[in-house]
Amino acid sequence: MDTVILLRYGEIHLKGLNRPFFEGRLVDNIKAALADIGQVTVIKGRGRFFVQCPTAQAEEAMERLSRVFGLISLSPASVCERDMAAIEKAAAELVGKRLARASARTFRLSCRRADKQFPMDSMEMNRHLGGVILDAYPDLSVDLTNADIDLHVEVREQVYLYTETIAGAGGMPVGSGGKAMLLLSGGIDSPVAGWMMAKRGLSIEGVHFHSFPYTSERARDKVYELCRRLTPWCGRIRLHVVPFTEIQESIYQQCPHEELVLIMRRFMMRIAQRAAEANGAGALITGESVGQVASQTLESITVTNEVALMPVFRPLIGLDKVEIMDIARRIDTYETSIQPYEDCCTIFTPKHPLTRPNLDRIVRSEERLDIEGLAGRAIEGIEVEEFSR
Amino acid sequence: MKPIYLDNAATTAVDPAIIEAMARCMVETYGNPSSAHHMGIEAERLGEQARTDMAGLLGCKPDRIVFTSGGTEANNLAIRGVLSGLIDKGDTGHIITTVIEHASVGRVCDWLETKGFAVTRLRVDKRGIIDIEDVQNALRPDTRLISVMHINNETGSIQPVAEIGAVLKNVPGRPLLHVDGVQSFGKYPFAPAKWGVDLASVSAHKIHGPKGVGALYVGKGLRISPQSLGGGHEGGLRSGTSNVPGIVGLGMAAEQMAAHPVAEHTMELKKRFVACVRDTIPDFHINGPGVEDGAAHILNIGFKSVKGEVLANMLSQQGVYVSTGSACSQRQKPHASHVLTAIGVPRDYIDGSLRVSFSRYNTLDEIVESAEILKYCVNKARMFVRR
Repeated sequence: MDTVILLRYGEIHLKGLNRPFFEGRLVDNIKAALADIGQVTVIKGRGRFFVQCPTAQAEEAMERLSRVFGLISLSPASVCERDMAAIEKAAAELVGKRLARASARTFRLSCRRADKQFPMDSMEMNRHLGGVILDAYPDLSVDLTNADIDLHVEVREQVYLYTETIAGAGGMPVGSGGKAMLLLSGGIDSPVAGWMMAKRGLSIEGVHFHSFPYTSERARDKVYELCRRLTPWCGRIRLHVVPFTEIQESIYQQCPHEELVLIMRRFMMRIAQRAAEANGAGALITGESVGQVASQTLESITVTNEVALMPVFRPLIGLDKVEIMDIARRIDTYETSIQPYEDCCTIFTPKHPLTRPNLDRIVRSEERLDIEGLAGRAIEGIEVEEFSR
Repeated sequence: MKPIYLDNAATTAVDPAIIEAMARCMVETYGNPSSAHHMGIEAERLGEQARTDMAGLLGCKPDRIVFTSGGTEANNLAIRGVLSGLIDKGDTGHIITTVIEHASVGRVCDWLETKGFAVTRLRVDKRGIIDIEDVQNALRPDTRLISVMHINNETGSIQPVAEIGAVLKNVPGRPLLHVDGVQSFGKYPFAPAKWGVDLASVSAHKIHGPKGVGALYVGKGLRISPQSLGGGHEGGLRSGTSNVPGIVGLGMAAEQMAAHPVAEHTMELKKRFVACVRDTIPDFHINGPGVEDGAAHILNIGFKSVKGEVLANMLSQQGVYVSTGSACSQRQKPHASHVLTAIGVPRDYIDGSLRVSFSRYNTLDEIVESAEILKYCVNKARMFVRR
């Protein structure tokens, strides 16, 4: 027995000649999301997709599809032939199933004749099927404005009936907007930033700076886990783990301590950018939010941004911490992010970091370091881990 | 590079002979000891032999031994087993414990507090030891239970368990005495029956046995209510098919420890380690009891101007494995260890504290080498101090 899930997509409708490209990417992502779920067929309809999957897997499929960017809503549907007797039977059955799940007193019909060849028009169908339901379930009454059950019937090549619609993830299909490199620390913010940009259609690669022995092996495992938790939304993620210890030690030994974090962040941007270039990514993503910490004041961001030549996306820039935490909980990264392993990196954060740094001074301090050599060695030492859902 | 394992208070390497005996048990004697047929009876025999061996070592009758899944379950079964019945009757009372217990006792006492028990948590001195007079002063007419660990897992401090037992002997309406003996069993004299201890918990994996098996000694005539119900195994106190290979491993590990006392060897290692540190690393502090007063196998040592976590990572990178505080608490939010806080380790040293713990498998050469590596790591870490 198969179930059909109706998928509606949003913004792609607005695309002109590029629409087939966006639709194609969305179909690929849907297929990838359902790859290991059994016999699944994706059918492109006009303005709709239909996914046919074994009924036993329908719930799991719905769950996964609700995390595919580009879809605005989903409905599990019954399907029947374009025959009024069959439609009547399917409609009564569906309402019966819905009543078995939860009680209801009122209903309405929302019939739609996408194929105008069908002999009965939408209004006639509403009236006719309404009568059928009233006959089958005399306890129900019709309420057009505030019905407990809204029975949708869409007449296409076949007829689709459904009573339930759940929200999709919205946004654009991942990969339709190119690729970006996400600076992934292990904290609460950066996974959310990556998620937000994936929502806008970017595919994501991650770069993580690992400072063993100042940060532990568990800190790295935590970032692996964050990547795994992002894959239901972002699809496959490649994570570039950069050995960062030598750079941190060198900055510590040779630069003024109140500048440590800024100089460190400039290194991170340089290295992330080189990794982005080498892997076909056209932008960087960070989890910065203005004013959150000393390194995220306007002046500090100016200093770190100065080394970046490609666009740096900061989708959290105007969000409060609590708003970011809300999203992190919703996308299921929060519990991982709050594991405490990052902490020993704090030995490299000065007690009194600069909040209003001066770019010229930072650049002069930095000149004491062999920037090219340090960054080059870090890049050579990158280890890549791959995560897929 | 051969690893140097100095985290034996967390767990120990399993004795190869025990692995072999357990494997043989799994291959040849895999019957369920509750089964009536020959295979079952053979398995039962192995388990009962281990019970007899354990009883010999603890100085009690075999029927006083309840096998469990380890120290944590034994502690839970002991404390909840004697007190949970009182909660149902609304007849709660008073319990005495210490501020330095393992979480499997500490958390159970916290829970009992929420159920209406009054809990006195005895403080310890700088050496990490309670004052026997404090025990006497804390006693109330409604004191039901005293739970005190024998050897502390973080500092190696040794509590006067036998003295507490002696004090209680003369107390009217004598409260019960539970001792968490996980760190001492097999390494130090541990004679619950003789000491007037009513309940004692032990574990296999701290003495070169397997993980997932331990035992609870239950004093004669003592009634405890089971915390898991089922087929009535272990005299009805702990249902669940017997972990025969594990129990065999526990019995064998205990026998081995009794046959080859280890404290003298580990004390020599500990003294040498401290001597090496004293010669080469400035600004350190021995946390808890003096080197020769504490348990031979546990050393807690703090270094100024470093973070213990960074130091442990650096050592790990060099193939030397030690802990900061206790391994059980390291995955939770980093906070200064409750034990080190309780004994009042100076602020400058508490963050840079390591627990170094020894076993019969460690050699003097390893000690000298690891102290050398430690010197290198402390020096390096001190170059990168938060300023």
